[in-house]
Amino acid sequence: MARAVSTRRKIATTALAWAIGLLIFFPIFWTILTSFKTEAQAIANPPLFWGFDFTLENYAVVQERSNYMRFLWNSVIIAGGSTLLGIVIAVPAAWSMAFVPSRRTKDILLWMLSTKMLPAVGVLYPISLIFVQFGLLDTRGGLIVVLMFINLPIIVWMLYTYFREIPGEILEAARMDGAGLKEEILYVLTPMAIPGIASTILLNFILAWNEAFWTLNLTAASAAPLTAFIASYSSPEGLFFAKLSAASTMAIAPILILGWFSQKQLVRGLTFGAVK
Amino acid sequence: MGRITLDKVRKAFGDVQVIPPLDLTIEDGEFVVFVGPSGCGKSTLLRLIAGLEDVSGGQIRIDGQDATRVPPAKRRLAMVFQSYALYPHMSVRKNIAFPLRMAGLDKAEQDKRVNAAADVLNLTDYLDRRPGQLSGGQRQRVAIGRAIVREPAAFLFDEPLSNLDAALRVGMRLEISELHKRLKTTMVYVTHDQVEAMTMADKIVVLRAGHIEQVGSPLELYRAPRNLFVAGFIGSPKMNLIGGALAAQHDATTIGIRPEHIAVSTDAGDWHGTVGVSEHLGSDTFFHVTCEGIAEPVTVRVGGEVALHYGDSVWLTPDKSQIHRFDTEGLRIA
Repeated sequence: MARAVSTRRKIATTALAWAIGLLIFFPIFWTILTSFKTEAQAIANPPLFWGFDFTLENYAVVQERSNYMRFLWNSVIIAGGSTLLGIVIAVPAAWSMAFVPSRRTKDILLWMLSTKMLPAVGVLYPISLIFVQFGLLDTRGGLIVVLMFINLPIIVWMLYTYFREIPGEILEAARMDGAGLKEEILYVLTPMAIPGIASTILLNFILAWNEAFWTLNLTAASAAPLTAFIASYSSPEGLFFAKLSAASTMAIAPILILGWFSQKQLVRGLTFGAVK
Repeated sequence: MGRITLDKVRKAFGDVQVIPPLDLTIEDGEFVVFVGPSGCGKSTLLRLIAGLEDVSGGQIRIDGQDATRVPPAKRRLAMVFQSYALYPHMSVRKNIAFPLRMAGLDKAEQDKRVNAAADVLNLTDYLDRRPGQLSGGQRQRVAIGRAIVREPAAFLFDEPLSNLDAALRVGMRLEISELHKRLKTTMVYVTHDQVEAMTMADKIVVLRAGHIEQVGSPLELYRAPRNLFVAGFIGSPKMNLIGGALAAQHDATTIGIRPEHIAVSTDAGDWHGTVGVSEHLGSDTFFHVTCEGIAEPVTVRVGGEVALHYGDSVWLTPDKSQIHRFDTEGLRIA
């Protein structure tokens, strides 16, 4: 029986949800708003919500000073490359864990996830040394590999959850029908798991796009993605909030738009398995 | 060709032995049914033949060739699963064509065989639908279509009808039997339903706890069950099993008499009792009669409608020639 929910309660819950949503969104909103102000108005006290002189000057200056497109392209290559590489490695791994589990499978999954609890800075030194040794500093290839490893536990874990939902008998049927392991994964498992794989790709693309620690520490100029683009406006010109805001807005805009259009898919992906 | 030989085949999961060493030969073209209560190992045995489970010992030969370590894809066997196991993202046409595609057949040959199978199974109108848009019976037909197109050495059926409703089950039972008559290909069929076993099989294999209790034609099993388990399992309603003094009169520990081999009279007979619940099926009536000196109510089958009511006093007379005798071990006394 459906639980009866009073209208008053519905209004209260809705209002609360909106309040929390707005609270979370506020910093982004403020950044975008500030990017359209002059530097003087950006630091005005009390802060200006309206009535300021709307200007696009900050964007013009940012665009003039640095090559936004190059940073954007680096971000796309690094986030996209690390995600796709991760998927290629994680699909077989998740397949074996979901369909031919051993006694240790659960432990391996937990162990993989536990690596996410390690503070990244703890391995900065060894990884930097490896990068120096192999000439990977400030290369997109090096960053793709590092970010892939960073997100691999999440990718494997998510795919494992989706694969678990697929009845094993269907894969057995494929085997009986003459499919080898390759065909089974390519023609049967992957198409059935497309919604799951899509949300995994989406989430990990966003995670890799926003990753700042490794991208800032392992790049200088040629491989620097948008995180470095923002950072370059924060340190030398810390007080120029309007320009910093314009740079930030430009950096987050692509992922914000991507997230907006794929929110249904993302929510479905994240609750898959939990709610059926 | 499809002769399957199991030679001392054994299966254990960890320390638990599910199938103790077992020998069985399935002849080419035979319809063999594995039947037994749930957990008796019948599905495991089928999966061992399919290659979906690895044997723990022994050898499986298909047409004389050792297939023990051959992967399922290479055993030339087709399987129909209880859950149908259709590919939900493919149309019916693509589902049926999948094994042909895996075998690398050209498109024209694939189409030819898919259309022929669809024709046989009345699926022609549904070829472009997805499995999700089909009813249970249609899905099962697609699963069968997918099995027949590749012309396998043998078909394996794992409880294929248990997800269907009763009426559909009877229809599909006939269709599968018909298919066997037409294709003359070996079929191995797993079920827990002894009616399916009796009606479809050339040979029934009765299993209990991984052991083969008896192998034989349906009528052999019906007429001469080798032990109490088979006696109680084959036949519906089940055989009346009676111990004690009545059995001793026949020099046995237990005697068995089928409900259809007992005559009912209101005046005279061997056993006196009181009519309990009766089940009227129209063509037959089953009476459950509580008799003096017999622990369990005796089930009696009478053709058509008989005017006996709850609490009536009756006399039962078993047909002496149809009494089955079992010893202390539960084995049949010849």
